[in-house]
Amino acid sequence: MELSMVLKEFWKELKKAPGTAWVGLAIIVFYVFLAVFAPFLTPYGESEVVGYEFEPWGENFALGTDNLGRDMATRLIYGARNTIGIAFITTALTFMMGSITGFMAATLGGWFDQALSRVVDILMAIPSLIFALLILTITGTSIPALIIVIAVLDSTRVFRLARAVSMNVVVMDYVEVAKLRGEGLWWIMNREVLPNATAPLVAEFGLRFCFVFLFISALSFLGLGIQPPTADWGSMVRDNATLITFGDITPLLPAGAIAMLTVGVNFVVDWFLQLTSGLRDEH
Amino acid sequence: MGKILKMIAQRLGLGLITLLVVSLIIFLGVELLPGDLAEAILGQAATEETVAAFRRELKLDLPAHERYFDWLFGIMQGDMGKSLANQRQISELIGTRLGNTLFLAMVAAIISVPLAVTLGVLAALYRNSFYDKCVNVVTLTSISFPEFFVAYILILFLAVKAGIFPSISNVSPDTDLWDRVYRVALPALTLTLVVIAHMMRMTRAAIINLLASPYIEMANLKGMPRSRIIVKHALPNAWAPIINVIVINLAYLVVGVVVVEVVFVYPGLGQLLVDSVSKRDIPVVQAASMIFAATYILLNLTADILSILTNPRLLHPK
Repeated sequence: MELSMVLKEFWKELKKAPGTAWVGLAIIVFYVFLAVFAPFLTPYGESEVVGYEFEPWGENFALGTDNLGRDMATRLIYGARNTIGIAFITTALTFMMGSITGFMAATLGGWFDQALSRVVDILMAIPSLIFALLILTITGTSIPALIIVIAVLDSTRVFRLARAVSMNVVVMDYVEVAKLRGEGLWWIMNREVLPNATAPLVAEFGLRFCFVFLFISALSFLGLGIQPPTADWGSMVRDNATLITFGDITPLLPAGAIAMLTVGVNFVVDWFLQLTSGLRDEH
Repeated sequence: MGKILKMIAQRLGLGLITLLVVSLIIFLGVELLPGDLAEAILGQAATEETVAAFRRELKLDLPAHERYFDWLFGIMQGDMGKSLANQRQISELIGTRLGNTLFLAMVAAIISVPLAVTLGVLAALYRNSFYDKCVNVVTLTSISFPEFFVAYILILFLAVKAGIFPSISNVSPDTDLWDRVYRVALPALTLTLVVIAHMMRMTRAAIINLLASPYIEMANLKGMPRSRIIVKHALPNAWAPIINVIVINLAYLVVGVVVVEVVFVYPGLGQLLVDSVSKRDIPVVQAASMIFAATYILLNLTADILSILTNPRLLHPK
């Protein structure tokens, strides 16, 4: 009953949404479809060598083959699954860490808040790409290391937002009442703070996802992110970049795939922000 | 005046502490993370003697705080130790590369800053017009592009198809200035495109924020001409946010060069960093990270201080 109400409300807002939001939603749905049904949409295996290196576009290989003779179209579709999947897991982890610590800092206050805030200040003083490179030198590049490093570095931004938003909530009377009633920290965070902090956090989730997604792609492009033979857009650009010098646009396809998804997500977030805050800079 | 000096001194102190803590993290991060450095680099097959010899060479057998102060004082005097990969002095490796990186960032800044500020102010003045809406969509799109996508598109059209600029920016210390500018044209253009959208959006937001303040409305109601409002009332208060936007983006430029340098095979600090990370050449990575982090922190500090110095409320106390 409640779900159908929410959907109805969503549909009502969607009908009023600008064209860019529609484009963004369509892009996201398309990518999710590719990621979920990748094995059924592709003619070959993810890292199966099926031809010669750098074969041109043609009947057997719709978009040609890559530097090792693997089907480009197949790897592009699998790339949706791997790159988006890893970016999504990382963002989810970022949010869990950032918002829980942020809410805790705001609810508990005192030295806990002070200590966490200073740590975050320091972490944010170092550019995250440089920091990530430094840590990956030591831990080596594996997917779990990648996810944890990026999630920790990026959770600092979520922490700041979550803390700032919940600061306004924890001074409310109903939080005071809950505290006097003897409710625990977890209950207060979950039942009083979270529902009042959802809207800005959802918008931030989209922005952080874009950032993480671009970040992982950049690391993979540098050869320090997702490692072969996993199909991934960033490393696909790197592996096939030589084709550019012959005027072949194939290496631009994975790069364009990255760009299109972030554009889509940004369009949707922009619409969402206008919806929830009456636009940030409209006073 | 005393208040301003005190605030600046405070910021300087805070910046210095941040630098110290960051150097501590960069140096001690290696210690705290799991895994033994010597074994990780030498591999499973290394005998105990080679591992011990390697530890001695890196002075890993000394206590951590001793090595940290050695390293810190070394860096302050320009001695950063030796590279593990080729035994060369790191300061020698970094010297010209740092110059190249700063040169690239500077060229990009010279193109992007005036352009972004002008376009941003225009978007704010003609808010909600067709121009403003176009700017919104275009900047939102270009913010979403990965740097290497922009770089390869430029290579495809300007280097391969049109043949105007070279696709590889190889410069050497004896390349003369104009040739150098010609060679870094494409990487500088890439950086410009990456950073300009962000800078414009921030400038626009800062100006709009300002134009909504009561004293601007007052001046408006008084019947003051628009140009005079902008020059007399808006601009003095707008300097702080605009300078902030510029410096934050300059800081971003210095770090953003990493990917762009790799695409264009430009011999800068970013490429050295990436190479050293894949070779796990820890001393070079530490030195390069320290330089990047210090530049970033110093630029942000400059933004802070400049915004204090241009703040009319502080300059003309009651």
